[in-house]
Parts: sequence; structure tokens; C-alpha cells
Amino acid sequence: MSSGEKYVAAAYGVIFVTVLVYVVIIAAKLARLERETAELAELARRRSPGG
Amino acid sequence: MLAATAAALVGLAIVLAFFVAPEDADQGISQRIFYFHVPIALTAYVCFGWGAWKALLLLWKREERYDLESYVAVHQGTIFGALTLATGSIWAKASWGKWWVWDSNQLVLFLVLFLFYSAYFMLRFSIDEGPRRANVSAVYALFGVALIPVSFLAIRLAEDFIHPTTFTRDGPQMTGTMFFTFCVAWLAITALAYVFYRVELLGKRLDANLRELREALT
Repeated sequence: MSSGEKYVAAAYGVIFVTVLVYVVIIAAKLARLERETAELAELARRRSPGG
Repeated sequence: MLAATAAALVGLAIVLAFFVAPEDADQGISQRIFYFHVPIALTAYVCFGWGAWKALLLLWKREERYDLESYVAVHQGTIFGALTLATGSIWAKASWGKWWVWDSNQLVLFLVLFLFYSAYFMLRFSIDEGPRRANVSAVYALFGVALIPVSFLAIRLAEDFIHPTTFTRDGPQMTGTMFFTFCVAWLAITALAYVFYRVELLGKRLDANLRELREALT
């Protein structure tokens, strides 16, 4: 691999890793929101007269 | 659907950049960084501009939703700005043999723009949530937008010969295939930024709604 090729690989690698990290963070956040929604739904069910 | 389109466009742009666009006679393979570096930089400008536009709407119409929209756009701009600096630095090392050149006005002004918007988060989170925070953040985001044309035009105004000028008054200084590849890459990065913007905004709105609901239930 030439020096130029290494720099190109590094530049595209930085972009790929950044996008990947962003997607993982957003996915983790959406998973947390889903869990919190389920908890609140459960809380609301317990508080309802029939629950 | 939009996310799938963005992903397909990014894939297409990579194929065009590596297998279709001809190799640059002067810079060789390292020029291929251009196809993503420049669109990412332009997308950062668009995000900061979008954030400033939403900030203006907040100050003008006094609708709370614009605060979050402005914040998310500035956040996206900062991410794309960091990527611009990282890929630009790698390209500089490949082309000039240096990671950073302080003599280049465009590089320094982009760094100033990036640091200005990085400070936005320090300012925003140093104020308690509420109308005051929204107003101060909006005014700050609006001030920052003045740096965008300065940063963009710096190379032309200062006759900076270090950073290459690809787009001149005579049009793009590249072959038709290279320009087409650049356009596809820019479209791909813009679509990706828009998907990120929508998803992050949705997440933040959901978070705020859930917090309100939790307070009401407990």
C-alpha cells in the first residue's frame, strides 16, 4: 500500500467510524426511549382504575 | 426510505470516487479525499446556516420548537465541521507533508468557525432550561452565521495559494466525471445529514415528551 493510499484509507476510515459511532449513539438513545416509554405505560396502567 | 436513499447514494458516491472518476494528474490518489472532504465542509456550512435560520425564526415567531431545531442543526454542523477538519488534515499531510498550515486563511477561518460553534454548547448548557437559554442560544447561533461567508470566501478574498480553489468564476476546475462524482457525493452527504437531523430531532422531542409525562405521572 502506497503512502497516498494509506492517507485515503485513513480519511475514509475517519468518516466511516464517525458515522458508525453516531449511529450507535442514536440507536442506544432510541433503545432507552423505548424502555422508558414501556415503563411509563406500565406506570399508567397500574394507576388507571381498572389496572 | 430516506435513510435507505442516503445509504445508497453514499455507496454510489464511493463507487464513483474510486472506480469511475479518473486519477488526478497532479495529486494522484490522495485527491480522492476531495470527493467527501468538500461535500462534508459544504454540509457543515449548510447545517450552521440552517441552525441560524431556525434561531431567527425563534426570535421572530417565538415558537419554542425552533430552539430544538436550531440546536440540532448546530450539533450536526459541529459533527460535520469536525469531520472536515479531520479529513482536511489528512489530505494536507498527503499533499503538503504537513497536518496543518497556519498560513492558509481558509483553514484558520474554518477552525475559528468550528470553535465558535463548539462554544455554543458550553454557553447553552451553562444556562438553565427555559426561554432565556433559548434566546441566548439563538442570538449566538445568529452571530456565528456571519463567519460562514467569510470562511467560504476567504481563499478568494485573500488570494490564498496554499489551499486549492476548485470552483472559480470560470466554473469547476475538474473533468466532467470528477464533477459528476463530486455532485453525487454532495447529494449523498446532504441526504445523510438530513436523515441524522430528523432522527436526532425526533429523539430529542420524544425525550422531552417522556420527561413531561413522567413528571405528570409521578
